[in-house]
Amino acid sequence: MSFLADNFPLLRDAFLTTLALTVVSGLLALVLGTVLVAMRVSPVVALRGLATFYVETFRNTPLTVVFFFLAFGIVQIDLQFPSRFITAVAALSLYTAAFVCEALRSGINAVPPGQAEAARALGLDFRQSLTTVVLPQAFRTVVPPLGNVWIALAKNTSIAAGFAVTDLTATLQRLANANADQLVLVFAAVVVGYLIITLPSAWGIRVLERRLAVLR
Amino acid sequence: MTSVLFDVPGPKARRRQRLGTVLGGVVVAVLVGLVLWRLGSNGQLDPSRWAVLFDTRTNVPQRLLEALLNTLQVAAVGMVAATVLGAFLAVGRLSDHVWVRVPVTVVIEFFRAVPLLVLILFCFLFLPQVGVSISAFGALALGLTLYNMAVLAEIIRAGILSVDRGQSEAAYGLGLRKWQVMTSVLVPQAVRRMLPVLVAQLVVLLKDSSLGFIVGYLELLRTARSLVETLNFQFGPIYTFQLYVAAGLIYIVVNVLLSQLAKAIEKRTDRSAKVAATTAVDMTAGTPPVAGDTQRV
Repeated sequence: MSFLADNFPLLRDAFLTTLALTVVSGLLALVLGTVLVAMRVSPVVALRGLATFYVETFRNTPLTVVFFFLAFGIVQIDLQFPSRFITAVAALSLYTAAFVCEALRSGINAVPPGQAEAARALGLDFRQSLTTVVLPQAFRTVVPPLGNVWIALAKNTSIAAGFAVTDLTATLQRLANANADQLVLVFAAVVVGYLIITLPSAWGIRVLERRLAVLR
Repeated sequence: MTSVLFDVPGPKARRRQRLGTVLGGVVVAVLVGLVLWRLGSNGQLDPSRWAVLFDTRTNVPQRLLEALLNTLQVAAVGMVAATVLGAFLAVGRLSDHVWVRVPVTVVIEFFRAVPLLVLILFCFLFLPQVGVSISAFGALALGLTLYNMAVLAEIIRAGILSVDRGQSEAAYGLGLRKWQVMTSVLVPQAVRRMLPVLVAQLVVLLKDSSLGFIVGYLELLRTARSLVETLNFQFGPIYTFQLYVAAGLIYIVVNVLLSQLAKAIEKRTDRSAKVAATTAVDMTAGTPPVAGDTQRV
């Protein structure tokens, strides 16, 4: 047990890094994903095509490859992220945005057409009917799928460990090398760190789902 | 192109949309052009740099092909094992016996909550310590299996629960045992119904096999990396970009093919389900179509 006490500051920092990665990329992905879904249902063909292309590309590329491109590829077009952490945030949010977009789109498809028709009949235009009628309802029906995306994101942050971000998994590798005799403890501590994020999230999503569910 | 979200555009709106399309197209073209220009001025578009991908003398195409096979191999092992174990876990979680249900639930929830990379590292670092020697391939396949069996178990369970209750009642009525009802009535229907989601998860599994990169399994990404290192050593850092692009493109092509397969299967099962359920369709005629069916995009 003294081992855990000795390494507590290290583990705490790693946990906070993982949490920060999750929250920041989650928020960015939500914003980007919402913009993408608006583009995907918009009347403008170019925007629709662009959004579809984006989603299909990122959904079919491993996150590791996205990390690779942002860490080593964009140097070739003379761009560079100021820090490893920001590279990781960019990779995670670009990747997750595609899944947010798909989740939201399934939600938009689940809103009964009558709602949009009524909004149109009241004279709301595309933007108004989307932002005041369809999207608010879509956000409610997509709480479970969005929640799954969020939990997947929390777990996906572990890949940042392969790209020099000192998150929980990176600390796991480091401690595992230094304390080979305490391996079980190291794993337990790291797994608990992830569970602290994912289990309350899962619980919160269930509560939110029950509170927001639209009765039809 | 019809959608309830906007009217059929009149002449003015059409003009505006055309303008929007052109402007959007121009913005995209400018961005693409900018990227190409930067790449070009850094010499990345030089045909000789891309030729290395197809030049058999440098061993690059062979290595990439081998890496693709490695990736597919570990993914295939993971897919089969995870699907079989997932089906068992799904049945176990629906068991009437508490002493089966509770442990299975704990196993499923645990493996769903732990990051895949941590599982792989656990197999890779911990198992050798307790005397189980395991290769990078084994650790990767085991990690992928453990994680995905839990996810697939939940998918299959949802499928079993969505099968019409009359099906199991009829099976019980025919005198089948619980085990027989599960294996010969419920699970086959559940798997068929959940096939699109199952295949989507298998695409995720294939993508996740790229984590083998971190434990040193020679899959696509790792191979691209090691090729970059060898070639950089020989010729200087000129092939980095090309090799990563190639690895990325191979992943995209394979995954898109798998996704298309999923779509084709979905269409097929849809059709056979409709043919089988013509009487049911007659009964529902006159009621409005299900909301999800309305295509709006």
